[in-house]
Amino acid sequence: MVLSKISSQSDVSVHSTFASRYVRESLPRYRMPDNSIPKEAAFQIINDELMLDGRPRLNLASFVTTWMEPECDKLIMDALNKNYVDMDEYPVTTELQNRCVNMIAHLFNAPLGESEAAVGVGTVGSSEAIMLAGLAFKRKWQNKRRALGLPCDKPNIVTGANVQVCWEKFARYFEVELKEVKLTEGYYVMDPEKAVEMVDENTICVAAILGSTLNGEFEDVKKLNDLLTEKNRVTGWDTPIHVDAASGGFIAPFLWPELEWDFRLPLVKSINVSGHKYGLVYAGVGWAIWRSKDDLPDELIFHINYLGADQPTFTLNFSKGSSQIIAQYYQLIRLGHEGYRNVMENCHENAMFLREGLERTGRFEIVSKEIGVPLVAFSLKDNSRHDEFEIAEMLRSYGWIVPAYTMPADAQHITVLRVVIREDFSRTLAERLVLDVTKVLHELDNLPVRLHAKSTAVVEKTEIETQREITTYWKKFVANKKKNNKNTIC
Amino acid sequence: MVLSKISSQSDVSVHSTFASRYVRESLPRYRMPDNSIPKEAAFQIINDELMLDGRPRLNLASFVTTWMEPECDKLIMDALNKNYVDMDEYPVTTELQNRCVNMIAHLFNAPLGESEAAVGVGTVGSSEAIMLAGLAFKRKWQNKRRALGLPCDKPNIVTGANVQVCWEKFARYFEVELKEVKLTEGYYVMDPEKAVEMVDENTICVAAILGSTLNGEFEDVKKLNDLLTEKNRVTGWDTPIHVDAASGGFIAPFLWPELEWDFRLPLVKSINVSGHKYGLVYAGVGWAIWRSKDDLPDELIFHINYLGADQPTFTLNFSKGSSQIIAQYYQLIRLGHEGYRNVMENCHQNAMFLREGLERTGRFEIVSKEIGVPLVAFSLKDNSRHDEFEIAEMLRSYGWIVPAYTMPADAQHITVLRVVIREDFSRTLAERLVLDVTKVLHELDNLPVRLHAKSTAVVEEAAAAVVVAAGEGGSGRVNGTFLKKTEIETQREITTYWKKFVANKKKNNKNTIC
Repeated sequence: MVLSKISSQSDVSVHSTFASRYVRESLPRYRMPDNSIPKEAAFQIINDELMLDGRPRLNLASFVTTWMEPECDKLIMDALNKNYVDMDEYPVTTELQNRCVNMIAHLFNAPLGESEAAVGVGTVGSSEAIMLAGLAFKRKWQNKRRALGLPCDKPNIVTGANVQVCWEKFARYFEVELKEVKLTEGYYVMDPEKAVEMVDENTICVAAILGSTLNGEFEDVKKLNDLLTEKNRVTGWDTPIHVDAASGGFIAPFLWPELEWDFRLPLVKSINVSGHKYGLVYAGVGWAIWRSKDDLPDELIFHINYLGADQPTFTLNFSKGSSQIIAQYYQLIRLGHEGYRNVMENCHENAMFLREGLERTGRFEIVSKEIGVPLVAFSLKDNSRHDEFEIAEMLRSYGWIVPAYTMPADAQHITVLRVVIREDFSRTLAERLVLDVTKVLHELDNLPVRLHAKSTAVVEKTEIETQREITTYWKKFVANKKKNNKNTIC
Repeated sequence: MVLSKISSQSDVSVHSTFASRYVRESLPRYRMPDNSIPKEAAFQIINDELMLDGRPRLNLASFVTTWMEPECDKLIMDALNKNYVDMDEYPVTTELQNRCVNMIAHLFNAPLGESEAAVGVGTVGSSEAIMLAGLAFKRKWQNKRRALGLPCDKPNIVTGANVQVCWEKFARYFEVELKEVKLTEGYYVMDPEKAVEMVDENTICVAAILGSTLNGEFEDVKKLNDLLTEKNRVTGWDTPIHVDAASGGFIAPFLWPELEWDFRLPLVKSINVSGHKYGLVYAGVGWAIWRSKDDLPDELIFHINYLGADQPTFTLNFSKGSSQIIAQYYQLIRLGHEGYRNVMENCHQNAMFLREGLERTGRFEIVSKEIGVPLVAFSLKDNSRHDEFEIAEMLRSYGWIVPAYTMPADAQHITVLRVVIREDFSRTLAERLVLDVTKVLHELDNLPVRLHAKSTAVVEEAAAAVVVAAGEGGSGRVNGTFLKKTEIETQREITTYWKKFVANKKKNNKNTIC
């Protein structure tokens, strides 16, 4: 007699995750499945698929923090289910946000009295902060123009062509014209003189960047302030400055405190900084700080009365998690000035070490400056045989994600590789990277020149070798061409 | 000889957290401290202060999810350091977002072909989604008007006075006029007929709400669609509809699938839903879905080329965490239709149970409907002696956070208490809440009537019925009889009730509803 065994289909708890039928079936991708699946299976399936994502800590393209202390992770987990906007229910979390705003405002030398509250807000990132700042400038300018009986339908903003994409978004979504100062070879930030020249009566503000995304350079905000003050004196337009300190805001005060770029300059009316870049918090927090109440038109603020105190809110987002705000406060009190200074000094040292290592290969030109965001941007001295995109591609097989970019107008012919040094990029990793870059250079030297549509120097090979080569290099060509079009820089 | 002992100031690792000097010093609150402190101390100090926040799961004011399975928590932790916008570096995470968009679009019956990709995006919440949808409508309308050579400088949007504050933000920040259909007593959502009447050539869209914040009611989108179709036929203006399904979008398809409110109605061009409400994910994720490519003007989209596939992006935020997107995908595949249906049915049952329990006290009028978001909104039948704000305040001492609100114009005299039933609000908790509400009613009955600023009948024995309007909130009150007391009793009472009066006055002005 054969013992028949009924497969325990109903008793799913018996099967180990990979023995269950759930990993044998393909999940629907575009429609919700009809039935539920066990939570262990759901976890495993998603977890496994995510293994194919890049490794955040080896992502050298990003400025955004990829490591925090476990103690902070615990605070983050505990706060996941707290909706930040419920100020009435979570008064302490709201207070922590206010403390962060004040701490950062003082860090930026906001001209505040002894017990005067700073004007600022926590945002999801610098994009939201920039949009809020831009909105404030636009509204102030409109009010000023209407009071003078002048047209206010064509606002514009003056900035460098090196701006991050969110300025273009702001311009397009809020119907402001973007007047860009073009770059030139060797000068990859906004030229203050050209910027001030472009200012007209419709300019709502001039935006300077402290820590250009392309090469980490700090723009000369002081020079801009001086030139613009002079122009304002002549024209009477009173054009203000906004400083996009998304990266630089948490670096300059600790490494170069004597550098004047913040509210010490009279024309600077608002500053944004990313808590999730050198504020050393995970993605999802930024800060917008205004010089004073006057710089934030009251009509933009929605007032919520909270336990007796008036709580003004001015954000684009409403409900969001509280975790990153709490994490930012953790970092500010855990590290203090001393701790942030140590971290930034380490980053700077490691960036200098990497820079020297790359210079020693003799094959690269360093495009980034020593004063700026701790990153190394470098180009090949000779990219006729192989270019920066190939280097980036080969580094991927070693596990490194190093992006290659072309500069915006008018320096589009310059291609640059960029390595961002974050808090968690140690000297050991820097040494390994130099080693791997050297290996990649050797490998490339031994490879034939890649086929180019316009190239004529093809080495003679057997037919099948040529065919294989053609296939490989067409693949690379297509991939490179697409990378050439990529203009999003985080 | 006295042995002198040097305090081990340097050897901080020796001290247990609460023995160390860090908990004895006050941390600077408004300036960064100069020195670092140990991580254990930093954790403990912040953790302890946060104990004084409300308990998220007892916050019955909020629609936003406060509990997820531990397996999902693990996925969330692992994804904390992934920046969602790095599509090139995290292709799987990007793919998961696309799958969510498609799943939700199909849930809303978007008219898509077999292998046609849905048009939509993940956002930080419904606020961002609504702003994106509004932007699309504004741009489409402007393009249409310019093509006809007509002025396009005065766009407006028609909606009910019951809208959530983000519509007012959208209107103010993007310079669109907000034309609100006023509410009336007993009718707390947008009246489709009045809405369509208000539509003019400058109307960029009419916004309907599926799941009004005030009482959870679903607006009659089908009736709006029919009336607006007729008006469009007559005027030729082609005014579209947007459905703010922030709460209702993950409820209606599972509890009332035959209810037509989504893309099945031809004029509905975009829908937003909060992943972090009944999508059952923690705060920080929303979805904006468009009917088709035509409803999203291409000039608003920024194109990023990514590994061969064109990746269009249209969001206000850029860098943000990936955790909530992954958590949303987890929920969609973990629960499926079956699981969501079960959760919503449970919520609905518990809401009905709570409703009955409150009705049985005989003291409340239920303002919420049976079809709608699982919540119970209720008013006191008689609020002359004590009002809803006092009930809310007393419930706090039991641990419950139950908000009391006045309705917007033109029903400002109605005050309402609201309990939102989320996934993690079980029958046991519902029973306990009914018990505690009953206790609160008894306590209030034994308290004297509270004093009012304009009242003159403070110590008079005679009954004086005075109707007082308190500030812009506009709640009418009728003062009843006051008993004679000793002078010091009266003084104490006056103090207590002035305190309450001030607190209540401020609550009257509170108009943010989450």
